[in-house]
Amino acid sequence: MTSNASVAKTNTRNKIHPHKFALWAACAGIVMMFASLTSAYLVRQAAGNWLEFRLPEIFFASTGAIVASSLTLHGSYLAFMRGNAGLYRGLMVATVILGLAFLVLQYEGWQALVDIGVPLKTNPSGDFIYVISGLHAAHVLGGIGVLTVALLHAFMLEYKVTPNRKVRFELTLTYWHFVDALWVYLLVFFILSA
Amino acid sequence: MANAHVHPETQEERLIEEHGYDDHFHEHHHGDKFQSNFLTTYIFSQDHKIIARQFLITGMIWAIIGGLMSLVFRLQLGFPDESLAWLKPVLGKWITVSEAGVGTLSQEFYYALVTMHGTIIVFFVLTAGLSGTFSNLLIPLQVGARDMASPFLNMLSYWFFFLASVVMFASLFLSTGPFAGGWTAYPPLSALPQASDGSGTGMTLWIISLVFFVVSVLLGGINYITTVLNLRTKGMSMWRMPLTIWAFFVTAILGLLSFPVLASGFFLLMFDRGLGTSFYLSEIFIGGQALDHVGGSPILYQHLFWFLGHPEVYIIILPAMGIVSEVLSVHARKAIFGYKAMVYSILAIGFLSFIVWAHHMFMSGVNPFISNFFVIFTLIIAVPSAVKVFNWITTLYKGNIRFTAASLFAIGFVSMFISGGLTGIFLGNSAIDIQMHDTYFVVAHFHIVMGVAAFFGMFAGVYHWFPKMFGRFMNETLGKIHFWITMVGAYAIFWPMHYLGMAGVPRRYYRFDTFETFRHFAEMNKFITVAAVIVFAAQLLLVINFFYSIWKGKKMTNPNPWGASTLEWTTPINVGHGNWAGKIPAVQRWPYDYGKDGREFIPQIEPLKDGESDGGH
Repeated sequence: MTSNASVAKTNTRNKIHPHKFALWAACAGIVMMFASLTSAYLVRQAAGNWLEFRLPEIFFASTGAIVASSLTLHGSYLAFMRGNAGLYRGLMVATVILGLAFLVLQYEGWQALVDIGVPLKTNPSGDFIYVISGLHAAHVLGGIGVLTVALLHAFMLEYKVTPNRKVRFELTLTYWHFVDALWVYLLVFFILSA
Repeated sequence: MANAHVHPETQEERLIEEHGYDDHFHEHHHGDKFQSNFLTTYIFSQDHKIIARQFLITGMIWAIIGGLMSLVFRLQLGFPDESLAWLKPVLGKWITVSEAGVGTLSQEFYYALVTMHGTIIVFFVLTAGLSGTFSNLLIPLQVGARDMASPFLNMLSYWFFFLASVVMFASLFLSTGPFAGGWTAYPPLSALPQASDGSGTGMTLWIISLVFFVVSVLLGGINYITTVLNLRTKGMSMWRMPLTIWAFFVTAILGLLSFPVLASGFFLLMFDRGLGTSFYLSEIFIGGQALDHVGGSPILYQHLFWFLGHPEVYIIILPAMGIVSEVLSVHARKAIFGYKAMVYSILAIGFLSFIVWAHHMFMSGVNPFISNFFVIFTLIIAVPSAVKVFNWITTLYKGNIRFTAASLFAIGFVSMFISGGLTGIFLGNSAIDIQMHDTYFVVAHFHIVMGVAAFFGMFAGVYHWFPKMFGRFMNETLGKIHFWITMVGAYAIFWPMHYLGMAGVPRRYYRFDTFETFRHFAEMNKFITVAAVIVFAAQLLLVINFFYSIWKGKKMTNPNPWGASTLEWTTPINVGHGNWAGKIPAVQRWPYDYGKDGREFIPQIEPLKDGESDGGH
């Protein structure tokens, strides 16, 4: 990978790193996926036979966790740039824990949906929440994978700010902020459309 | 190939030495670290030129499979009473041989053949085989880059396509047969495993294969977009990009924005299939039993499918348009007429492609008032399309045309695009669609305008860039024979279908001789089938020519055999990974300086003279 990364890097005189741009393009694709699902939600809702229910409150807790994880990761990045190795590592650990907590809380949220009588197959109104939040969780899981690599870097590599590590960190940061913002959008959508 | 400091021999090499952009590529000396053995050079290659060849050859294999399938169902339609017993060794249990020795094609398998033909040609041949091949080959070479933005993701893009291919290929051998519910996979046939034989495991493999395929398209597309926007060489402004690059660029954007929607549609479909949800399934009786699905909407799937499905036809045709623009200009020895208009029309087609999808659903029960909106935008697509056609014809006008196989196919493309495009104006009207929908008129329309035309664009590209890919030429005579048989034959196949369609003959039917109304078309159906067999046989000329020429074709001696001004012809004849041995050329002018100032062509790397204007601006 490294040699090829250098093919891309040495060839550019643009302001944005090609890999960063590629990540934004990928995010655009993911946005289309969720935009189409939420559109499908609205179209299906307008057709009637739609069960109304209150979104379990546990989803607010999970939202808190992922928003907090975004903040800790950003803090970790700032610490990394400013040379505070201890804070960088500590906040990185906090981010991974909060990210995992988000997934656990989402799972709890699905359990809570079952408890209030909206298990899968009850009505598309509930099924859409399972599908959309499930697909989002899959994207978060991918983010956890990326964070794990970042965590290994934080603890196994000697602390050093190199251009390569900076770009890699920024890619991780962008993606994590993205899945965080995506969830906040989805939550607001679920609340407003219900 | 690390010969950055050899003495430049040709004028092009001198220009690159003088003006080229020095990116220290060879000072790193690890550009080829991953190409040290056979496996990393030819199999898991990260070189965009090898990946292009992988896409092309995989696409060719699929084209042969998909083409053979169409021959089997054409034989069934043209000669419904003839025995197909001779196909038993290949098709096995799908041919039932009666005691009298007459072999009959299974009706279920007929649908499977139609479905697979569509899926394979649309996705595997005309998407992966066309834009996968030429975007990979040409984007880095024509914008002046060492490789794609991420060669690793580019390699993954091919291997996801390969994985999709393997899964789809495996589904052909299931005892219940591959999916048979039409290439659009509408529910309920696709959502209920018990709906038909192919709806079970066949559909499961179909959907898995296509999810892999979506991943492949997205990885490729992200790379194409990033490379075009970020890795252009010095001087290569957007308005100096060849039209091929503009077309691939917009194609990749369309793919990036529409394929995820297809994936969403598939996820909901998977839930309906596997977990019993009711997104697409409403109250259904099957085999006398009521299912417990309530209130789903199959129309919802159609919206999600066609939101991809319509941009998809432009994902297929735009690369062909780009290739044709380039090939016509080079072989007419004339600048492309209306370069900027060409770019704007590509952008307009790309934009409009997202707001016309419901014209595939006029008869599915969408609100007629909403249909009006889609009719208008559909018909507006005729405007940029007509601009393009006008510009291709005016490019040829008073040109000094070299009738090579490549340029013949490019001219053939224009002919196909006009005749197929005109019938699109019929079908785009929701009122006329009441009569025409689901008939052979539709089949004729889309085969000519995006099937044959896209193939022509691909053939033009193959003949034109074969020397760049393999350092040898394809045989021109065979190429011309291939062209003329295909050109005449393709019209012979699809022209009569318009008459069938206007008479109301429905598509996807297993046989027509059992219908009094359609019986008088028997001879026409025979004619179509014979033409199809001949055209398919002519494609074997291409296959033979292609593989023979890879090893035995006439060797290239001049690095720029067509006298083209674009950057890919400034690379050495045997291009290594990294594309240019020394510096990357800097671009000084637009790509279409042909016949200017009494010179046949001026390469893009040649500086503008004092007071000389740059064409693209």
